[in-house]
Amino acid sequence: MRKVVIIGAGHGGVQAATSLREMGFEGTIQLIADEVHLPYQKPPLSKGFLNGKQTAENLLFRNENYYNEHQIEVLVGEKIEAIQLQSQTVTSAIGKTFEYDYLLLATGARNRELSKEIAPNALYLRSMSDAQQLKRALDVVENVVVVGGGFIGLEVAASAAEAGKQVTVLEVQNRLMARVLPPLLSDLFLKKHQEMGVNVQLNATVSAETLAAFDLVVVGIGVAPNQELAQEAGIECQNGILVNEFQQTSVPNVYAIGDCASHYNRFAGKQCRLESVQNAVDQAKIAAAHICEKTQPYDAVPWFWTNQFDLKLQMAGINSDYDSYAFRGDIAANKFSIFYFKSNQLVAVDSLNRPADHLAARKLIQAGITPTKEQVEDVAIKLITS
Amino acid sequence: MPHITYIEPNGTAKTYDLPLGASLMEGAVQNGVNGIVAECGGSCMCATCHIYVDDAFLSQLPEMEEEENEMLDSATAERRPNSRLGCQVRATPKLEGLIVHIPSVQ
Repeated sequence: MRKVVIIGAGHGGVQAATSLREMGFEGTIQLIADEVHLPYQKPPLSKGFLNGKQTAENLLFRNENYYNEHQIEVLVGEKIEAIQLQSQTVTSAIGKTFEYDYLLLATGARNRELSKEIAPNALYLRSMSDAQQLKRALDVVENVVVVGGGFIGLEVAASAAEAGKQVTVLEVQNRLMARVLPPLLSDLFLKKHQEMGVNVQLNATVSAETLAAFDLVVVGIGVAPNQELAQEAGIECQNGILVNEFQQTSVPNVYAIGDCASHYNRFAGKQCRLESVQNAVDQAKIAAAHICEKTQPYDAVPWFWTNQFDLKLQMAGINSDYDSYAFRGDIAANKFSIFYFKSNQLVAVDSLNRPADHLAARKLIQAGITPTKEQVEDVAIKLITS
Repeated sequence: MPHITYIEPNGTAKTYDLPLGASLMEGAVQNGVNGIVAECGGSCMCATCHIYVDDAFLSQLPEMEEEENEMLDSATAERRPNSRLGCQVRATPKLEGLIVHIPSVQ
């Protein structure tokens, strides 16, 4: 009987396990999680979970019954420390050994941290226990500083402000979410945070002195891929575990998926890692298909989202390189999309409170169909016919 | 805790006792009901938990927000008067016996 071992039980790991069964894989599946919880979804931790709209139960991917019925063995609280390629085994911190025919690395990413000298008591947000700790802390403090004006930092800032806290955001760059958003959207989110009472400081200097003035320090300054397990085994890594279009690493029966995997992405036009639900889920399906000999290459349009206050931003495609753009919708009402073009080809769409545009955009970009700017600008014209 | 029956695209009926407050999408996905994708995990982002709700229960459901309304227009399967997104309907005692049909595509 063939054996699959999956390390990591986030979106990618869980999807790989369920896809294997859906595709008829009959061997054993061991899904190994270093956390003690049944596998759960992380994106709501900085949004619905923090503001109390969703509980830990709401975030479970599947219930225990599901895993039992589908013969997916979930091992929680098991930290894998080494891969032995020769013997096709992995070993855990307490010395357990697991044999595999196929190994899937869905190890995710970890938070970059400020030095202890600058931020000795800072909280970070990645796991359920981080989120629970942050939630408890928020209950008892008044003054919160968030270091980092990216998605996670701003989502935490919005949740804290909604809970009535005095919130300050420190961003070292000259605008918010600069890595992924155009200046127009950075400014729009800045205004929203300011309107809601958040003190946003751009071009900020982060020092022990500035942070000492606050009751609580939360840091969201990006992540680094969890690639060491692979690297130490001799699997090729370079800002992530290198994979081909079938998610295979430099060792063919070892796959990597999700945040930890560096792949060539045609929509980004370069080698990259994507930190998103979409990427983890779609890569998991590709790896599972390859194991089941239903080979197809990874070729999915990247998409992301963030929720802050009443702003819901959905991004389709990669907007890092464009030469023109067009608007659709009502800019003054914060309900519009920006369509980005490069060499007259639609490459990306950012939709603010325009969810239907987002769904249409994903289909258009996937199919390589470019609407004219006139079609984009005229909301009476449907972009897709379903 | 209401019993909800899901009719999968191939006609298979599966009934589960949902915890109060769980969304119909969660009840389906956590139990492994076929045909609900829920790629965004319940954030009203993706329209892949489209369901058809038993007409008799329509009046018992929470009112639809504008956002859900817009998303349903873009769902892959045909929109009907009893279309909802499963992530936006939570289990309440009034939904005891509810039957939900799952479209063949999401």
